[in-house]
Amino acid sequence: MTALFLRDLKLSVRAGGGALIGILFFLTVVAVIPFGVGPDLKLLSRIGPAIVWIGALLSALLGLDRLFQAERDDGSLDLLVMQETPLVLTVLTKCAAHWVATGLPLVIASPLLGLFMNMNEMAIGATALTLLVGTPAITFIGAVGAAVAVALPRGGLLVSILVLPLAIPVLIFGVSATYAAVEGPQPFLPPFLILMALTLFFAVLGPAAAAIALRNTTD
Amino acid sequence: MSDISPAISRFSDLANPTRFLALSARLIPWLAAITAILFAIGLYLSFSTEGDYQQGDTVRIMYIHVPAAWLSMMCYTIMSLSAMGTLVWRHPLADVSARAAAPLGAAFTLIALVTGSLWGKPMWGTYWVWDARLTSVFILFLMYLGLIALNRAMDDPSRAARVTAVLILVGFINIPIIKFSVDWWNTLHQSESLMRMDGPAIDAEFLWPLFTMALAFTLLFFTLHLMAIRNEIWRRRIAAQRRLAARMAARED
Repeated sequence: MTALFLRDLKLSVRAGGGALIGILFFLTVVAVIPFGVGPDLKLLSRIGPAIVWIGALLSALLGLDRLFQAERDDGSLDLLVMQETPLVLTVLTKCAAHWVATGLPLVIASPLLGLFMNMNEMAIGATALTLLVGTPAITFIGAVGAAVAVALPRGGLLVSILVLPLAIPVLIFGVSATYAAVEGPQPFLPPFLILMALTLFFAVLGPAAAAIALRNTTD
Repeated sequence: MSDISPAISRFSDLANPTRFLALSARLIPWLAAITAILFAIGLYLSFSTEGDYQQGDTVRIMYIHVPAAWLSMMCYTIMSLSAMGTLVWRHPLADVSARAAAPLGAAFTLIALVTGSLWGKPMWGTYWVWDARLTSVFILFLMYLGLIALNRAMDDPSRAARVTAVLILVGFINIPIIKFSVDWWNTLHQSESLMRMDGPAIDAEFLWPLFTMALAFTLLFFTLHLMAIRNEIWRRRIAAQRRLAARMAARED
């Protein structure tokens, strides 16, 4: 499992700079918003957390179709399915590696983008914290989409369409926790705990469903 | 085969598409006739009863809106059951049922959304708000479309069915969210007024037309669903025949 984790991590960092492209996309999405809504700093600082979250969600989707596609292309996916370790564990490991390679950089980059959005320290911290807790959920949901679309010749766009509706609860609670921390009369903890619960829930459900889908696409 | 209970054997009899076709051919006219009668009664009732003292005639939108919303959730539940049938028992009709139900579910969800927004304009002063119930139903609509797209994107129907079934089951989380969204988040949409522990909080005058229309809609769904399943079976048979014919032609050359 460790070997698989390291292999996946190395592959995604070296091959075509997956993490870097994700961050670049994140940067671009967030940078486009001020052009759309106008450079009003007050407005930007108010909607900043939401924009950073949406940007992170979109860029997390960007690399998802590669989660199983490369293995499918070179045939090693069949080996992963057939080996003795449970497929669920394999998928979980691959998700973890994928998150470290693409999700974690987004979390690390988010404070910088928070500065662009004129957010205060509290908001930046809260956004980074909620992203740290919430992005794994997106990866786990995305694993189901990626596994489902792996049999398709061009599944990339379809993954986004399938995954986005399921990821909306994560977005809702991530953003509401951030707002609660910054200004809201509501306490920060309840939405944050729900966000954690979502991540744990999908950590169980996502790999299991993805494993079933993979088994069914490869036989 | 005598140790199998009659209920199970009858259920597995349906696995034979020919038997299913024969049975459904006998069922559909009856179902359609009852649906038509119920619709006639329901529409008569819903137009003959008095309007609400506050909402006036617009309350009649409810008789379309509420049954359609119910069906949008029931259809997804049926799809989830079919998905379990596909994955657990490999029942040959389960994947046909799930595939046939998806467009119906999308249509009923769209009806619920459209009538809801037409009702919202006079009542709430806006066609659309990002209220918890509205948003979760909108997500349901998107999921129907995504599932249809996924199912159509693969050539091999049985593989497409199994893969789609996984996603249907994952997406089933949304159904309880929709059901309880009005109780969990107190936003604009009114809270549950029919299926309550202390009895429906709605006047009997509105309850009867609503009940009749809900029944009519449900039977309409089952009629259309059976017809769609039949169509799908015939479509697969034609595809199989075509493949056979092509193979024969190739052999003759």
